[in-house]
Amino acid sequence: MSQQAAQVPTAQVATRGVPTSDVPTSSWGKARERLAWILVAPSVLVVTLVALFPLAQSIWFSFTNARLAGTPRGGLQFVNIENYRYLLTNDDFIRAFWNTVVFTVGSVSIETVFGVVVALLINSQFKAKGLLRTAILVPWAIPTVVSSRLWAYMFNGQYGVLNDLLTIRLPNMFDWIPFIGPSIAGIFPDEKVAFLASPNLQMGTAIAVDVWKTTPFMALLLLAGLQVIPGDVYEAAYVDGASKWQQFWQHTLPLLRPALLVALIFRTLDAFRVFDVLWVMFGPITQTRSLAIAAQQALVDADRLGRASAASVIIFLCIGVLVLVYTRLVKVEEG
Amino acid sequence: MSRANGRQDGPVNGKPLPNPVTRLMAESLTGQISRREMLRRATALGLSAPLVGLMLSAQTKGVRAQDAVTPAPDPDAGSTIVMPQGLRTDLGGATVAAVLSDTTDPNRPFVENACAKFAEATGINVTFVPGETQSEARLQAYRQQFAGQSSDFDVYQIDVIWPGIVAEHAVDLSEGLGEAAGQHFEAIVKNNTVNDQLIGLPWFTDAGLFYYRTDLLEKYQLQPPTTWDELQTSAQTILDGERAANPAFTGFVWQGRAYEGLTCNGLEWQVSNGGGAIIEEDATVSINNPEAIAAFERARGWVGTISPQDITTFRETETINVWTAGNAAFMRNWPYGWASSQDAPAVAGKVGVAPLPQGTGEGARNAATLGGWQLMVSKYSKNPEAAIELVRFLCSPEVQTSFAVERSMLPTIGSVYESPDVAAASEFIPRLREVFEGGAVARPSSVSADLYGEVSAAYYTTVNEILSGTTSAEEGAASMEEEFNAILEEL
Repeated sequence: MSQQAAQVPTAQVATRGVPTSDVPTSSWGKARERLAWILVAPSVLVVTLVALFPLAQSIWFSFTNARLAGTPRGGLQFVNIENYRYLLTNDDFIRAFWNTVVFTVGSVSIETVFGVVVALLINSQFKAKGLLRTAILVPWAIPTVVSSRLWAYMFNGQYGVLNDLLTIRLPNMFDWIPFIGPSIAGIFPDEKVAFLASPNLQMGTAIAVDVWKTTPFMALLLLAGLQVIPGDVYEAAYVDGASKWQQFWQHTLPLLRPALLVALIFRTLDAFRVFDVLWVMFGPITQTRSLAIAAQQALVDADRLGRASAASVIIFLCIGVLVLVYTRLVKVEEG
Repeated sequence: MSRANGRQDGPVNGKPLPNPVTRLMAESLTGQISRREMLRRATALGLSAPLVGLMLSAQTKGVRAQDAVTPAPDPDAGSTIVMPQGLRTDLGGATVAAVLSDTTDPNRPFVENACAKFAEATGINVTFVPGETQSEARLQAYRQQFAGQSSDFDVYQIDVIWPGIVAEHAVDLSEGLGEAAGQHFEAIVKNNTVNDQLIGLPWFTDAGLFYYRTDLLEKYQLQPPTTWDELQTSAQTILDGERAANPAFTGFVWQGRAYEGLTCNGLEWQVSNGGGAIIEEDATVSINNPEAIAAFERARGWVGTISPQDITTFRETETINVWTAGNAAFMRNWPYGWASSQDAPAVAGKVGVAPLPQGTGEGARNAATLGGWQLMVSKYSKNPEAAIELVRFLCSPEVQTSFAVERSMLPTIGSVYESPDVAAASEFIPRLREVFEGGAVARPSSVSADLYGEVSAAYYTTVNEILSGTTSAEEGAASMEEEFNAILEEL
C-alpha cells in the first residue's frame, strides 16, 4: 500500500517537466493534436455531463424561487440575487459559515500535526511495519456515518464508555496508590461529561472524531512524501553534526512541503464541505451546523431548491478561493 | 420530515412509499423490464440526468438493503378481518393501485392480505405497492408522482403532517366518505381537512404517551403524576433515592434532539400549559406567549436535573435504551414503548401508562401530539370510485379492529377501542381512548401546508437551543415568532 502511495508525489514531479506551451506547427503535430482531442473527448463529455451541467444548473437555480418538487407559489420565477441576499443577511447562515471555518481550521491543523508525527513513526524501520501501516488505515476505511455513530455511543453521557472510563475506571485505577493516588484520581471529573450536549464541548467533540478518522489519510500522503526524500540528505546532515531536531526542521519539513500542500488541499476542501459527522452526531443544531447542513436543510426541510442552490454556490465559491490560495502556494513552491 | 410520526425507531414503524425510481431499479435489476424500457421511463420521470444518476445510486443501495428484511408472506395475516357491509360490488373489473405499507414493514403481510380480501369481495383488482421505508423519501416520491400528474397510483398512504402538502393533488373525500369520517377521532379528521376538503381518511394513529415505573412509585409511595410540577417532585424524590445504588439512574427521559420528535415534545409542553399550538388554525403565530415561555423554561429546568444533561441529544432510540435498561422513572414516548417495555426484563411488568402531565395555569389541559397515517385518493386516478371503496374498506371499523388485534395498530375510531376482541388481545389499547379523545393535538402542518418542514425545523432548532441554554426562552420565543411570520408570509 505504501508503494502505491509513494507514486503520488513522484507523478507530480514527473508532470512538472512536461512543456505545455509548444504549439504544434507540422502536419504531423496537427494530426497528433487531433488524435489527442479525439482521445480526451469522451472524458470531456462525461465531465460536462456529470460536473459542469449540474454546476451550471445549480447556479441557474440559485437565481430562482425553484422548489425541489412541485411548483413554487406564483410559478417558477427569476428572483435575481434574493436568495443570496437572504442567506448573507441571515444570522443562522453566517453562524453556519463560522462553524464551518472553526471545524475546518481545527480539524485540519490538528490532523496535520498528528499526520506528520504518525508518518515519521511509520517511516522508521521496525518489525511488522507493513502490518502497522495497514492497521493505521482502519479509521479511514470505516464509513463516516458508521464511525460517527460509534463515537456518539462512546461519547454518550449516560452509557458512553468514555464517561465510564473518566468517572469510574480511571479514578479507581489510581485511588489505591498510597499518598498520591487520591490526588491523581481527583484529576478526573466527578460528574459525567456531556460531550454531546454541552454547547462548549460539541464542536470540539466533532473535531476529535474527524481527526481520528482523517489522520490516517494525512499520514499516508505524508509517508509517501517522506519516502521520496533521498537518504543522502540525512547522511550529509549527520556528517555536518546536525541534531535530529535540526534535521527535521531543516531537511524533512522543507522537502515534505509539496506532499504537505497536496494533503492540505485534499483535507481542507473535504473539511469545508463537512456534513456527515456533524449531522450524525448532532443533527442540525445551531452550535455545530455547517454550511452543507444549512444547504441540506434548505433543500429537504424547507423544499427551497433556489435557496439551497445559492447556499451550494456559496460553498463552491469559498472552496474556489481556498483552491486559488493553495495553488498559488504550490506555484511559489515550484517557482 | 423523515421522522414525521416521530417513531421511525419503533417496531411498529413503518410506512410506505413508492419511489418510481426505486421501482424502476428493482424491475431492471430483476430483469422484469428491458434497458430501453428503463431509460424510457426514467426520461418520463422528467428528472435531470445528474439527479437520476444520483438517485439511482442511492436507491440501488436502498432496494438491496430493504430486500434483506422484507417480511415473509403470511397466509394467516388478516384472517380475523370481517368484511364490512355495504361495499360496492358494481365496480368489478376496475384496477386500483395503492401505495401502502412498505418493504420492511412487519404489517405488510396483513395489509397485502387485506387488499386481496377486498379484491375478492368486490371484484376490484388491487395492485399492492409497498412504499419507501423512510418517510422523507416517501414524500419525495409522492411529489414526483404528483408533479407528473401520474395516474399510476390511485391510493396513497400519507403521514399525519402531509395533508397540507398533498391537498392540491387529492380527491375531496367529504362527499364519498364524509359519513364514514364522522366515526373517526375529531382531532385527526380536523387535521386531515384542508380548506373544507377532506384530504385523507384516518387509517391508524399514534400519540405521545407518559410511561411510569409502578414499582418505583410504590417504593416511594407516590401516585402517577398528573401535572408537570408533580412529575418534577416525584422524579427528584425517586432520583435521590436510586442514584446511590445506580449512578446511571435518571428521572425522566424524552426526546430533546433537534429533529421532528422535539417538535412533538415541545408542542405537548406548550399545549398542556395553555400556551397555544405554535401556529393556530387561522394562521396566526401564537408562539410568543407567557405560557409557552413558561413551558420551555420548565423543560429547560429538567435538563441536568431530573433528566440527563444530554437529553438534548436523545431521540426515541436513546430514550427507549435508557428506559428498557431500567434507568429511568418516567418516559415520554410513542405507543410502541409499551411493547418494548414488555420485552425488556429490567422493566417488564413494572410499567404503567397514562396521558402526559399538564400544567397548572389557566388553559392547562392534557396534550398528546398526534402521529399516524391516513389514506388519500389521487386526483389523477382513473378509477376514483373504486379507489374510494378501497379506502372505505381499509379504514372501516372492521379492518381497524383486526389491525389492532393482529398488529397492535391503534384505531382511529373510538368504538373500536371498546371492542371485546381488542380488549382480549391487548390490555393496553383500550386504555388509550382517553388519550386520543381528551388530548390529541395536531402539529401545525395543515395550516402551514408545504411550509411545514421549514416551520418545524426552525422550531426544533430553537427549542433545542433553549434546552441547551444557549438562548433564553423569551429570546427563543421572540425569534421563532419573527421567523414563522416571515415564513408564513408566503401563504
